[in-house]
Amino acid sequence: MRTLPTRRVDLLVVGGGPAGLAAAARASELGVRRVVLVDERRWLGGILPQCIHPGFGFHRYGRDMTGCELAEKLIDRVSSLDVDVYTEAHTVRMGYESYLSKTAEVLTPRGAFRFRAKTVVYAAGARERTCFEAGIVGSRPAGVYTAGEVQEMMDVWGILPGREAVVAGSGDVGLIVARRLTLEGVKVKAVVELMPYPGGLLRNVVQCLEDYQIPLLLSHVVLAVEGSKRVESVLVAEVDENLRAREETVKRIPCDLLVIAVGLIPRVELLAGAGAMIDPKTGGPVVNEFLETSLPGVFAAGNALVINDLVEHAMEQGELAAESAYRFIEDGGFRSASWKRVRVGDGLRFVVPQLLAGFRDVKLYLRASSPSENTRLLIPELEKSVRLRSVRPAEMITLTLKAEDVLKAERLTIKLV
Amino acid sequence: MLDRVVVVGAGVVGLSIARVLSALEGLEVVVVEKEADVGWGASKANTGIIHSGYDDDPVKYPNRARLAVKGNRLWTTWAEQLSIPVDWCGSLVLARSLEDRRVLRKLLARGIRNGVPALRILDGEEVRALEPMVSEDVVEALWSPTAGVLSPYEATVALAENCVENGVKILTETLVKGVRVKGGSVEGVETSRGFIGARWVVNAAGLYADEIARMAGVSDYTITPRRGEYLVFDKDAGPKPSRILFPSPTPVSKGVVVETTVAGNLMIGPNAVDLPRDAKEETYTTKEGLAYVWREASKLVKKLPGKREVIRVFSGLRPQPSGGDFIVRVLEEPEGFVEAAGMRSPGLAAAPAVALEILRLMRLNGLDHGFKKRWKAERRAGLRIMGLGWDMLEKTVPRNPSYGRVVCWCEGVTEGEVVDAIRRGAKTIDGVKFRTRAGMGRCQGAFCRLRIAAILARELGKPIWSITVKGTGSELGVGDVKSLLEGEDVAD
Repeated sequence: MRTLPTRRVDLLVVGGGPAGLAAAARASELGVRRVVLVDERRWLGGILPQCIHPGFGFHRYGRDMTGCELAEKLIDRVSSLDVDVYTEAHTVRMGYESYLSKTAEVLTPRGAFRFRAKTVVYAAGARERTCFEAGIVGSRPAGVYTAGEVQEMMDVWGILPGREAVVAGSGDVGLIVARRLTLEGVKVKAVVELMPYPGGLLRNVVQCLEDYQIPLLLSHVVLAVEGSKRVESVLVAEVDENLRAREETVKRIPCDLLVIAVGLIPRVELLAGAGAMIDPKTGGPVVNEFLETSLPGVFAAGNALVINDLVEHAMEQGELAAESAYRFIEDGGFRSASWKRVRVGDGLRFVVPQLLAGFRDVKLYLRASSPSENTRLLIPELEKSVRLRSVRPAEMITLTLKAEDVLKAERLTIKLV
Repeated sequence: MLDRVVVVGAGVVGLSIARVLSALEGLEVVVVEKEADVGWGASKANTGIIHSGYDDDPVKYPNRARLAVKGNRLWTTWAEQLSIPVDWCGSLVLARSLEDRRVLRKLLARGIRNGVPALRILDGEEVRALEPMVSEDVVEALWSPTAGVLSPYEATVALAENCVENGVKILTETLVKGVRVKGGSVEGVETSRGFIGARWVVNAAGLYADEIARMAGVSDYTITPRRGEYLVFDKDAGPKPSRILFPSPTPVSKGVVVETTVAGNLMIGPNAVDLPRDAKEETYTTKEGLAYVWREASKLVKKLPGKREVIRVFSGLRPQPSGGDFIVRVLEEPEGFVEAAGMRSPGLAAAPAVALEILRLMRLNGLDHGFKKRWKAERRAGLRIMGLGWDMLEKTVPRNPSYGRVVCWCEGVTEGEVVDAIRRGAKTIDGVKFRTRAGMGRCQGAFCRLRIAAILARELGKPIWSITVKGTGSELGVGDVKSLLEGEDVAD
């Protein structure tokens, strides 16, 4: 059997969304020579081009932009640099050959290649959880779509997906889609949220639901879909403290569209296939303060690393991953160290990065388990305490640690009290 | 009289019969199907198991007992001729109690009587040596090496393609409204697309066979739907058994099975819930049903993957005939009315044998056509890019770049495969899915559904919103998003 044509590169970026674009651009700006970016879609930008609503880039550029505008900005930046871009390029397999060589087999309409890369930034994004993963039973007719799919349907393909909708899940995507549907004349009968608090940013609750009088049903669950060819109704119920449906509260809401917005899952199959360690808490890879996975020279960024609430977080992760890749190439890797695993204490779901050594100042990304007011973020080993006015699971908490602080700590625990 | 046979129902049984009849000279075969595609009734949603044939009591259910064993053997040839991927993996019926062990011995005796080859009872250690994931409770198992699994919808599509190549007409979205009988003989069927005259009418209408029979004045049986629910796990989730794992059967059902599908997904199910006779479209899943399946499957293996690894749940209806046995017959009254009905399990295994039996019975009743000189036994499957070696890819992609354009990321299905499926007859998103697996992966189509719809829209020359998931009434959307360019096609 013949082997694949192989191309040697310094940095291979997998994924052309905000994290991948930022990584490719930053690496090229730093002077990394052969930078290649591969993406499955026909156009770059990841999901940004299907986001015609504003709310992007303010923290970074001081200007509120639509997803399309931000995508254009990022694409322009990459286009002006020496980055080799392959669109419609599907990475079939990734492999770890050696410390200085990772491979990716890629299928494109122009043929199949193998890239042999010194470093990889893995920024393949996330996928949406489906109605099956949300435990919704019943029939399986047309008219059950994920929120991202509805967005793409309306704003890329120009399809009106229904006339009367129920949205399952009140994360940002669900809220924004509820508004988008309303603007198009679709009656959104309810946004149904399992938890007693909304899943998305407060500004989106106000701007997407309250401004349009869309009912938000907290502590409710979509149980089942009814309808043969097309959705005819959904069954919704209240839940008790254990999030179990209370049978006596089941009601039927007639509609022809059920939008599933019940969260994202990092796409890590290729990474896991290459042997990277996955953190069950984030669903993404375990990384150190260089955003390096357990495969040396393979870095992760964006939603493939951890589900982010702000695009700026994804972009800064991409840039940090690129800087790390640059250092890896220049220095032939990182020095050995005694890595400290950050232990997640009470009140928190996860922390990223999971491993710290104190080579550099590090920004931690954390998510609270439940909303609360006037709390403190505590690292007992560093006697560090940060007051937080309010925390909500929807909003990522960030915290920067000084390298010297990390260096002097024996162990590290982080919790919310 | 026309020399035409109308087969009612394009399921695995109807199409097997059509395939066999298509080998005859001078006989026109027309298959009518109410759904938008073939195999969308009972054929679509089942375990996909080609049972080896020890289950059925030859005294109580002679047709089931005889035709399953024969059908199993025929599938080895048919699957090869039709390029249907099969895994002849064999099956284990697991015994966990003394009572179960007695059942195994009964099955063994029955298997011997039915003519099933190579059956053997294994002790617990032998079982776990073969399948390390089997529960420690298991004390014995009946090992049946001739059982296999295939994808039932791929099989149905393969049969349909082979039928068409041999001149069979398949009319989809065609509902039979009546069977015309005159002077004690059938004359044809009234359909939603008009009357189709025929000398023979073969009733292979699955769940609706009793209703078709009544239209012909035959009312000696009823069909009730028996629902079975299933859970499918991510391809990466395991451990997966190499062989089909059955529990010891009960009088109602073969029980909840743990198996690895031909595509490589762990799958568990089904339960068995008898529905009212008119509930023939109620293929919904229930919390209780799925919980039951989970509990029963957990008894067979040491550990199932986490619930988070479940990527899809579905249910299917099996047609349960009132007498229990398959109804395979040519009636004297009305003359020309042929039945292959009540195809409950092991209907999939039996299908080819049922088809040959129908031919034999029709011949006894006056069908006197000889065999065609030129009949195509073989059917070529479409390209599966992810199954090709890189050297084959190097030849294929430059010739047709659409085979290098992956549209379904989870299953690695390319645009070329989708276009091929459409050219072979897929008109809907589900039609593409069942032919190519696009949309069957972990994201369940959220990434690819629209791109598949766009290809369908292009190939069929229709606006994208009007592309259906599963036929008329299941359009993707309700129209175009408001447009300033009224009347312009914004879908393109």
